[in-house]
Amino acid sequence: MSERVASGGGYVAVAVVLLVMTALNIGLAMIDLRGFNSVVSLLIAAVEVVLMAVYFMHLRWSAPMTRLVGLAALLWLSILMAGTLDDLLTRGWLPVPGK
Amino acid sequence: MSTLALPVRRRTYIDVNYGIRSWLLTTDHKRIGILYLLSITLMFFVGGGAATIMRLELLSPSGALMDSETYNKLFTMHGVVMVWFFLIPSIPSVLGNFIVPLMLGARDLAFPRLNLLSWYIYVLGAAFTLWALIDGGVDTGWTFYTPFSTSASTTSVVTVAIGIFIVGFSSILTGLNFIVSIHHLRAPGLTWFRLPLFLWSMYATSIILVLATPVLGITLLLLAVERIARVGFFDPALGGDPLLFQNMFWFYSHPAVYIMILPGMGVVSEVIATFARKPVFGYTMVAMCSVAIAVLGFLVWGHHLFVAGISAHAALVFSILSYLVAIPSAIKVFNWTATLHRGAITLNTPLLYALGFIGLFTMGGLTGLYLASLGIDVQVHDTFFVVAHFHYIMVGGMVTGYMAGLHYWWPKITGRMYSEMWGRIAAMIIFIGFNLTFFPQYILGYMGMPRRYHIYPPDFQMLNVFSTAGASILAIGYVLPLIYLLASLRSGKVAGPNPWDATGLEWQTSSPPPKHNFQETPMVTGPPYDYERRVASR
Amino acid sequence: MTVHAHPAPHVLGEQYQSLEQQHATAEFGMWIFLATEVMLFGGLFIAYTVYRIVYPDGFAEGSRHLDLAIAAPNTAVLIVSSLTMALAVRTAQLGERRKTTWYLIATMVLGVVFMVLKGVEYYQHFLEGMVPGLAWTYAGPDANAVQLFFVAYFSMTGLHAIHLLIAIGIVCVCVLLARRGAYLPPERHTSLEMVGLYWHFVDMIWTVLLPLLYLFGFHP
Repeated sequence: MSERVASGGGYVAVAVVLLVMTALNIGLAMIDLRGFNSVVSLLIAAVEVVLMAVYFMHLRWSAPMTRLVGLAALLWLSILMAGTLDDLLTRGWLPVPGK
Repeated sequence: MSTLALPVRRRTYIDVNYGIRSWLLTTDHKRIGILYLLSITLMFFVGGGAATIMRLELLSPSGALMDSETYNKLFTMHGVVMVWFFLIPSIPSVLGNFIVPLMLGARDLAFPRLNLLSWYIYVLGAAFTLWALIDGGVDTGWTFYTPFSTSASTTSVVTVAIGIFIVGFSSILTGLNFIVSIHHLRAPGLTWFRLPLFLWSMYATSIILVLATPVLGITLLLLAVERIARVGFFDPALGGDPLLFQNMFWFYSHPAVYIMILPGMGVVSEVIATFARKPVFGYTMVAMCSVAIAVLGFLVWGHHLFVAGISAHAALVFSILSYLVAIPSAIKVFNWTATLHRGAITLNTPLLYALGFIGLFTMGGLTGLYLASLGIDVQVHDTFFVVAHFHYIMVGGMVTGYMAGLHYWWPKITGRMYSEMWGRIAAMIIFIGFNLTFFPQYILGYMGMPRRYHIYPPDFQMLNVFSTAGASILAIGYVLPLIYLLASLRSGKVAGPNPWDATGLEWQTSSPPPKHNFQETPMVTGPPYDYERRVASR
Repeated sequence: MTVHAHPAPHVLGEQYQSLEQQHATAEFGMWIFLATEVMLFGGLFIAYTVYRIVYPDGFAEGSRHLDLAIAAPNTAVLIVSSLTMALAVRTAQLGERRKTTWYLIATMVLGVVFMVLKGVEYYQHFLEGMVPGLAWTYAGPDANAVQLFFVAYFSMTGLHAIHLLIAIGIVCVCVLLARRGAYLPPERHTSLEMVGLYWHFVDMIWTVLLPLLYLFGFHP
């Protein structure tokens, strides 16, 4: 069957990049980034996740629908996050007693 | 002219092989549909039995038959069994499993072995739940609110939680199978906008099944861990938040009600088109509304928490979104009505049920809007008003839709016609019994009778008696199909491939279908419901 | 790499018209399953987020009680295991049975190494009295919030560990299948590729857990 096969060296390269990024993540966590530590570390993690998805999991060769599935999962998670946090963070905003 | 050519009766999926192993190890979606049919019918009568006893208890205002502890266990088990072991799997796992590949023109679903696994998972989950029932029952309500369920309840909460966690995987596998099948196994020529609306509904349902159920899974897992380890996220003593449980629980459980109703809507679309002999009015709109309901349904869960202590801001947002989600449902109701308009209508049993669906679902849906209104919700939350609302949707809507589908596709599944007379009688009995049971509950709730209470002020007794009377009629209505449908297997008229003269690929093969569904892969060349063209070509 | 006009028997399921369709279907189905896993773990992420917002100090304190000296090498172990898994799938696509088997064994071994190190880490927490419900003796500031952090920590890493254990079990089965030549001819590699997707996903979850649990305590 005609299916693309990646080069072994390519996989090794991606793995090395992931290892370096993990080390970077850990290293940066030790430095005071004035409130941006969480954002930076999650950003690095997000890039690692994308690299894994695109190269190890072959998303770059997958049908658009398959990629949409991955995106949909993240979108739905953010719906749960948004709704729950809306309640948590807005308690006391409106002048309704007790809420 | 000395020999007579006798017609060779081709083997169907039923008699292609015999023996219990060939059924229990089947990967044929049609046989799996039958396995599910047997299981969920059993669970329906278990849940119905609990309801019957509850209604008997509610005949008198002061707890004549049982104590409060027992009553708590009854409504809990009624809810758990009905929601997870009947309502959610009914149309998808019975009718969906059977009909979806046929409608697609496919030989089976994408993953037949996963399909069989999903049934075994269902049975395992049901076994855990029934065990909890026998082991003394659970008294937390089907909603398992913390901290009562984690700390104070002394019943078999963990067992039931495990049972529901397990059956969730059955849902997920079914939804996964449908999504992949609808994407990849459509017959040549069957483009997305030529799909019958039942498939659009099943697709939308499957999106919810796949994305919502895992959140229930993790919520129940945390509940069980918290109950066993006596520490967790929902424990106020630790600084935990019971509202977090409610947010996570309802994130699943609200979309779950759309899992229940969307397949029913799909059935109604099919039945109305067939028995009005017209294409569904606004086909594209109805298809898009199915998906819209699935998506919007994920945005409204907070309306179950209006009086639980969420912020006024969140309550407002969820209230507005809850109004929005009613719109696609309303559009569908108008489209069905427009389909009926100037159609050539035959009031067959499936259509009677479909008409019942439209009326009762609309009533239930409208009362949902009352509940979405914050001010009214404060008054009627946790009263029988809510109970009446969701029973109008679930029983008046979903179960009625299930009955419509069961009767509509019965000839395809069994090759037999049931008694039309008895079908109509049962449909009317169900309609009358249903309204007599649940309409008084709207009034009771508005007047202030709380739900989950079996002791109530004597002023409420008359309406409760009406409700129980209605329930007894409803029970007869549900037992009748059991009898005449079973009887049809022996003495029903042979159905033939297309007894309703309907469109759709499932009617292009024999009744019952052969094991591989079609002798050769069908080709689709036109839109669904092309009744007008068929009439013109005669 | 090679195009086969007639697939070997038992390779093509009867509900499929072509190998491409079967492969595309399997891949699509597996990603949908992974989406359900995202939602499963997602529930835990939501709970974690809520309590980190409510108890920022307690959570930071809890994070400082975790041992990065074990978690950092463990992260490397999982990344390398993803590499060996990807290489296993690649060699299966090329029909190299022996290499496939060895790469799968390497993947499995690395997974076991992770579990062992995790076990050591858990045992340390137990000895320090930082296991909620089982052995909790922490009495410092924000004890309740620190306990909630550890509930989150054990739930998230515990669920991850369960998934890894299942993955190791599946890969073990794959080793036996690969040895027997079940992934030959190369068209039959699809199921292994799907196992690979699952393995990579388990690695992805850990990639996100590392900053969430271990890294933010230094400079919250």
